[in-house]
Amino acid sequence: MNFSTMLSQLGNGMVTTITIFGLTLLFSLPLGLGITFLRMSKNGVLRNIAKFYISVMRGTPLMLQLMVVYFGPYYLFGIPISRSYRYIAVIIGFVLNYAAYFAEIYRSGIESMPAGQYEAAQLLGYNKVQTFFLIILPQVIKRILPSVTNEVITLVKDTSLAFVISVSEMFTVAKAIASSQTSMMPYVAAGIFYYVFNFLVATIMEYIEKKLNYYR
Amino acid sequence: MNYLEISHIKKSFGDLEVLKDISLTVKKGEVLAIIGPSGSGKSTLLRCATLLETMDCGSLSYLGEEAVKAGEGGKSIYASPSELKKIRRNFGLVFQNFNLFPHYSVLKNIIDAPIRVQKRKKEEAIKEARELLAKMGLSDKESYYPFQLSGGQQQRVSIARALALHPNVLFFDEPTSALDPELTGEILKVIKDLAAEHMTMVIVTHEMNFARNVADHIIFMDQGVIAEQGTPEELFGSDNPRMKEFLGKFNEV
Ligand SMILES: Nc1ncnc2c1ncn2[C@@H]1O[C@H](COP(=O)(O)OP(=O)(O)OP(=O)(O)O)[C@@H](O)[C@H]1O
Ligand SMILES: [Mg+2]
Repeated sequence: MNFSTMLSQLGNGMVTTITIFGLTLLFSLPLGLGITFLRMSKNGVLRNIAKFYISVMRGTPLMLQLMVVYFGPYYLFGIPISRSYRYIAVIIGFVLNYAAYFAEIYRSGIESMPAGQYEAAQLLGYNKVQTFFLIILPQVIKRILPSVTNEVITLVKDTSLAFVISVSEMFTVAKAIASSQTSMMPYVAAGIFYYVFNFLVATIMEYIEKKLNYYR
Repeated sequence: MNYLEISHIKKSFGDLEVLKDISLTVKKGEVLAIIGPSGSGKSTLLRCATLLETMDCGSLSYLGEEAVKAGEGGKSIYASPSELKKIRRNFGLVFQNFNLFPHYSVLKNIIDAPIRVQKRKKEEAIKEARELLAKMGLSDKESYYPFQLSGGQQQRVSIARALALHPNVLFFDEPTSALDPELTGEILKVIKDLAAEHMTMVIVTHEMNFARNVADHIIFMDQGVIAEQGTPEELFGSDNPRMKEFLGKFNEV
């Protein structure tokens, strides 16, 4: 295998990794907010369901969760697993897991908001939805941004767990080439890729944090 | 017409009875001051009147519109959410700690509710906000954010924010007690100017001289009841021992 074939294979893995990362954030950030609403709901049943969900997602390994999502349909319901399902499964698994973490981050942010902000909004005639999305949520986002950054950086590295269901993302590809070529090179390339990716993520998050520094 | 009418309000937090049968009325253009020792229930009364807290017994109405009726045994019955929403337009509240929205500029703090809630035209809301800011001596601060202002300036913005919605009754809960003494005067002056324009106001305050000068009527609350009330002259000349003790403490400090 020549150098350029190797690079092009790693390049494909890289695209898959970035896709997993992007889709996971795209779906888990809003889903997490939905779970927070359930977790903070007045209805005790909903609240406990959300609480249980979050504790399972945080209390079991993500690797195991990916396997359950991928193999579960076959073992539990006898549904044959198609080849392309592994890509869907990996997104479902990541989204379900990360939404639970984001839900807890949102909750901590929402609970840290002083009651006076809600009261002022009520006195000014804002309805509940306006109060949440105009007054509370923007301030919550600013407060939770550092925790979100941590989670997003973890996600970059966690994408490599997709190898357990043989999704050919960066790490899976690197491992395959390394063993067939008996070379360290693919691992070095993968390491550099993850590092640069995370560096970009951190830079972008820092930029957003700065943008939100116009108020205190 | 009575702009505000409160009858036989009772409110408990668990076993603690904080308001024990309070009644009062405020007429158009009248300024009512509420004084009394800490823990006597002044804030709770204001919070019940502004619907931030639900009362157990008694009734509440603004300009004859009933927000809360007294039902059997005096138990409070609240109007429907849509009626309450309408009634809420009658009053505003200025908080002790301002509660400005930190992510909005001064101007946006003032114009956002008029535009979004009252559906007023943006240009009109901005024009009025600028007039209010000029009146508060803050014309040069409209693009500032709350954290860039002193406490006294923030409180003036919060008064402008409340006024922008044209309330019929404006409540103040100790508007100066989060401020340094030298900033207190600027807020008291703003309220005095409003009184001169016949704004109907209910003011909880620890500033006795201010209450004396600006109020038409003063209520002295003690342990959840109105222990004494009357014109400033009547009240400050009163023989009520609790009242005397309370005023005595003020004269000492
Ligand atoms: N949400 C609440 N839950 C339980 N108790 C409360 C609550 N709010 C107020 N109280 C109690 O009710 C009593 C009256 O409180 P309130 O804040 O109305 O007094 P206040 O007259 O405004 O006092 P201050 O001059 O210190 O502001 C106090 O004993 C207080 O502890
Ligand atoms: Mg108080």
